[in-house]
Amino acid sequence: MEIDPFIFRLSIFILSIFVGYYVVWSVTPSLHTPLMSVTNAISSVIIVGAIIAALANINGEVFTSSSFFGFFAIMLAAINIFGGFLVTQRMLAMYKKKKKDKK
Amino acid sequence: MSANLSAVFYLISGVLFILALRGLSSPETSRQGNLFGIIGMIIAISVTFLSVGNFSSGFIYVIVILLIGGAIGAFIAYKIPMTAMPELVAGFHSLVGLAAVFVAIAAFINPGAFNLGLPGNIKLASLIEMSIGAAVGAITFSGSVIAFLKLQGIMSGAPITFKGQHLLNALILISIIVLAYMLCLTQSSNLFWILIAISFLIGFLIIIPIGGADMPVVISMLNSYSGWAAAGIGFTLENTALIITGALVGSSGAILSYIMCKGMNRSFFNVILGGFGGTDQVSTNQNKEQKPVKSGNADDAAFLMKNASSVIIVPGYGMAVAQAQHALREMVDTLKKNGIKVSYAIHPVAGRMPGHMNVLLAEANVPYDEVFELEEINNDFANADVAFVIGANDVTNPVAKTDPQSPIYGMPVLDVEKCKSVLFVKRSLSPGYAGIDNDLFYKENTLMLFADAKKMTEDITKNL
Repeated sequence: MEIDPFIFRLSIFILSIFVGYYVVWSVTPSLHTPLMSVTNAISSVIIVGAIIAALANINGEVFTSSSFFGFFAIMLAAINIFGGFLVTQRMLAMYKKKKKDKK
Repeated sequence: MSANLSAVFYLISGVLFILALRGLSSPETSRQGNLFGIIGMIIAISVTFLSVGNFSSGFIYVIVILLIGGAIGAFIAYKIPMTAMPELVAGFHSLVGLAAVFVAIAAFINPGAFNLGLPGNIKLASLIEMSIGAAVGAITFSGSVIAFLKLQGIMSGAPITFKGQHLLNALILISIIVLAYMLCLTQSSNLFWILIAISFLIGFLIIIPIGGADMPVVISMLNSYSGWAAAGIGFTLENTALIITGALVGSSGAILSYIMCKGMNRSFFNVILGGFGGTDQVSTNQNKEQKPVKSGNADDAAFLMKNASSVIIVPGYGMAVAQAQHALREMVDTLKKNGIKVSYAIHPVAGRMPGHMNVLLAEANVPYDEVFELEEINNDFANADVAFVIGANDVTNPVAKTDPQSPIYGMPVLDVEKCKSVLFVKRSLSPGYAGIDNDLFYKENTLMLFADAKKMTEDITKNL
């Protein structure tokens, strides 16, 4: 008997929750704000769905009601991806160690 | 590109996202982690383009819109002040939520593009996943918008409660489930629209009763929701990268909510049910007899610190409001030049979001190895000469350890009172968010410095 591919995806999902659980507990509390902004950026990988929707033209038409939602979603996700990664980078650049030789 | 090959690439980008979070375990590896995240995202987007394989006129529009969105995002990322991070993150959450809703709508209108069947005859499993993604996405969107408005001060931070609120919320939640069930039976698009509309409504209703002081929990919770919404869409699209990411973000947000709740010693449900963090509890303190308070000026404070050998700084959100972090760092620099050991103690719920105070101190060029979490530093207060409390209040209140009647009893607090002397910068004796008096104000060894945090810090530096 064949296993429904859904079960495989569910397995990936459940295991990823556990991976997330252990990885996030090991994040140092001082980096919790960058953690939130970076999770924000990566959850915008939802853009892949938006791209598929935007490029799925029916009968050669670029703008259909469904591609319209796709284009909108690309816009929103792109703001998040660039904004999220860049603001994280900006924050992380500020975390510096004590300077050894102080004048 | 074959479906199998693209699935492998999606898996790779999922792994890179895990490494991105893993990098945050220490500041040294964090920048590399962020880079992994960016590479993962580039892989996911490129693979999507290749697997769709449609480079007709629509492709140009996609690139243009992608770049416009990217430019807006980059502009915001560089302009935003660090004090406004909570608003920014709330705003970003709302965008993820809305994007999830839009993708779900697109998939519902044109299921053929995603291999989900035909309009009016969508595969049952896909329809369920789609409804979950759309509903959670909508809740994330409207909830985050309210959180944003509250943080930004456009909407009052006071909880908005009304009679029958919980009953109404429960009814709406039940009707969402019923609607989703009906949708699966009938495939009716009207039901799908209603489902999304009431999900927007419930997101709004869930967040309005939560007070301003509970915002750290709310932001973390919405972070978690945005992850679950992404995962729901990931199942619909049968996309591994999205499923992995959704699970990661979902559990990350859940853990942060847990940490925040623990930092306030409150249960998650207690926060969600709301009504806390308002001003209604303040009145009970009005009738108390006036207790003697020692107050001093910048000169006294400078004298105390100059003669100390170790000082612990306890910053709170008030410091950020007064924009005193740079002035504070200058004061600390002067102290260090005089050979005084200085460290910072950060309470888990200091600031308006998890880790907010650390970012603000990092921005003011405070080295991160001078900044300590509550568990790391709490034993050091007994050996320190001076505790300098700036903009914090409830998190130092010893009543949390002594009075079981107190609303904050059991909350972990910084043992500031064990210091030889305590300097408390505050504008007045008013109670903090929890609405209770702080016993620390009236202790023998406490010197109150009534002034604006920034001005007081600058004056102390001059007197050192």
